[in-house]
Amino acid sequence: MKTITAIFMTLLTPLSANALNVFACEPEWGALVKELAGDIAEITVATTAFQDPHKLQARPSLIAAVRRADLLICTGAQLEIGWLPLLLRRSANPHIQVGDPGYFLAADFVRKIEIPKLVDRSQGDIHPQGNPHLHLDPRNIQRIASALAKRLTEIDRSGSSVFESRLNDFQDRWSAAMLRWEEESASLAGLRLVSHHRSFSYLAAWLDLDIVATLEPKPGIPPSGAHLARLLEQLTPNPPAGVIRTPYSNEKPSAWLSERLGIAELQLPYTIGGTDDVVDLFTLFDETIRLLKEHVN
Amino acid sequence: MLLILSAQASTAFSQDLSAEVQELRKLLGEVQQDYQSRIASLEERLTRAERLASGAKRDAEEAYEIAEQTSIDQSSGLALQNVFNPAIGSVIVARYGNVDQSWETIPGFIPGGEIGPGGSGFSIGETDFNFTSNVDPNFFGNLTLAIENDGGETKIALEEVWIQTTSLPSGFSLIGGRFFSEAGYINKFHRHADDFSDRPLPYQAFFGGQYIADGIQARWIAPAALLIELGAELNWGGGFPATANNKTGPGAVTVFTNIGGDVGNSNSWQLGLSWLSADIVNRDDGNNGDSFSGDSDLGVFDFVWKWAPDGNPTVRSIKVQAEYFRRHEDGVFAGIPYDGDQSGWYLQGVWQFMQRWRAGYRHDVVDADNGPLFAGTILEDLGSSSKRDSLMIDWSLSEFSRLRLQLTNDRVLPVTDQQLFLQYIMSIGAHGAHQF
Repeated sequence: MKTITAIFMTLLTPLSANALNVFACEPEWGALVKELAGDIAEITVATTAFQDPHKLQARPSLIAAVRRADLLICTGAQLEIGWLPLLLRRSANPHIQVGDPGYFLAADFVRKIEIPKLVDRSQGDIHPQGNPHLHLDPRNIQRIASALAKRLTEIDRSGSSVFESRLNDFQDRWSAAMLRWEEESASLAGLRLVSHHRSFSYLAAWLDLDIVATLEPKPGIPPSGAHLARLLEQLTPNPPAGVIRTPYSNEKPSAWLSERLGIAELQLPYTIGGTDDVVDLFTLFDETIRLLKEHVN
Repeated sequence: MLLILSAQASTAFSQDLSAEVQELRKLLGEVQQDYQSRIASLEERLTRAERLASGAKRDAEEAYEIAEQTSIDQSSGLALQNVFNPAIGSVIVARYGNVDQSWETIPGFIPGGEIGPGGSGFSIGETDFNFTSNVDPNFFGNLTLAIENDGGETKIALEEVWIQTTSLPSGFSLIGGRFFSEAGYINKFHRHADDFSDRPLPYQAFFGGQYIADGIQARWIAPAALLIELGAELNWGGGFPATANNKTGPGAVTVFTNIGGDVGNSNSWQLGLSWLSADIVNRDDGNNGDSFSGDSDLGVFDFVWKWAPDGNPTVRSIKVQAEYFRRHEDGVFAGIPYDGDQSGWYLQGVWQFMQRWRAGYRHDVVDADNGPLFAGTILEDLGSSSKRDSLMIDWSLSEFSRLRLQLTNDRVLPVTDQQLFLQYIMSIGAHGAHQF
């Protein structure tokens, strides 16, 4: 009965007509839209920090959300290849199809790293366009923010002055924060780490960290006992400073390896909501650097 | 004395002087050497800088040349010939079966499609080839060919071939062609996506495994926070349970609705209700040459619920689904008036208990109430329902491969058969869709 009432309530509640409906595949893009559009945007985020963006299903609530979206913002570079094309098709929304102004992929605006030389599934679940976990380099956020503000204006001309002034304000604060982060993290340069998946490659490129190995034998292939044993043998003579992982990775392999190597094991927030303190893009980098310095350095 | 003194002084003086001169010479020499070496090093740096500059210039020219060539290559016909190829994916399946009491009909039901547990031994299954692409800004196209080995003969079947609109306003879309009907929950999935090695009994009895329509489908999604979807299908084709009738109007009509949403971050659900009404013309019993003509009305209720901790199925997840089928058929079979009800249901749960591993249990039942009139025909009422219990366990290294073991206690016929299936399902090519 409650469900039926809820259904009728949803049907009867007029959806706010003035708001710009935004569908964000990952929390980082929801946060960026919030920075640039403020209250103009009503944002639905498909994943949380505890969900693997590769593995989502085109579940009913997401189809309904894409149906209502004026703008869809996702990472791209095939991160959402398993579910985004299906969502686009099922949603029957003509404004957010591939190539429409309402279809925005962050990966289209930055240089990707780790572009595979061999595109073959024997190499795991690889992304031919390169590593898609690109939001952890704040320089990428800078570029994507500019492109996104342009796109927002294209979709909603009435908000253009708001988007422009919010973009300028954001870029000022972001540049200042980047200077601060680079200063704070100077001591992290050259830090040797093991990562569960290649989720932190952009962070490593920016902070000059050295990811010496991944727990996954190949991208997307879960760590096996044999691979972990090999890593242990390889890393014992010169153990790295720690093992890092995202909130959605299985914690067992990193616990196993860090315990045997006697090194730190650290779950980084990875995206908004990854820890309680990470509420926006600024706190994401604040916390990531703080945690790295506190637990690993 | 004075002379001596002065001579001594002059000697001392000249000695002093020559020491100083020597000192000065030495200094001059050092300065000269210093300058020379500095000039030499400056000259060397200059040459190096010149070399570097010319190297950089050459590099820049080369880079420009490469960029130019790349852009020419990329925009030339040669490189672009294949970029409009559709996404191509193929699914390769095979199985080993151990079946003592195989069946191709379910007591009380006229069979359709390819049903039953199949035989014993190793066999390759149906190989699917799927091609998808946007056609233009208005249409999306999908083609699936199924290639199978049937008694030593290779057959190609057009499993699906449809187009869908992508630019209709207000949540509407139309599909035209041959498509998997939205009736029921798993009907729209390819069989290789199933959690068990064969379809549940109600699907085998009422849909011949899968109800495929030739016609059009219209669907609409409400602008709501929950998924509320309504749709209808008109089918002119002869895909079981419909029969081809060569009329202007469709032989079968389906209406369906899907409602679904989330409960917190960890749960999602979907509920479906569909109604299939078919005008049956000479549905052949495939056995004695008898046939049925009349009206067939089928209602399907389906429910699926999925759980994963925080919505993250990396390590653990649960999926529970159930469907209930009820059909009323009214007409003439083998010259005898027929008016009967059939029903069936299944309930299954699949539990991913650790990374890569899943286990599942399914109970499926069908039951026909045909009465005593049809003894000796395919509709003979044996007085008991057909049921099975199945247990499966499967292992997937990646999302592209799956190995499965299934044990089934089969009571479809009035005898009990213990069956075993080993199966592999591998997909190559384009990334498959994560359908809910």
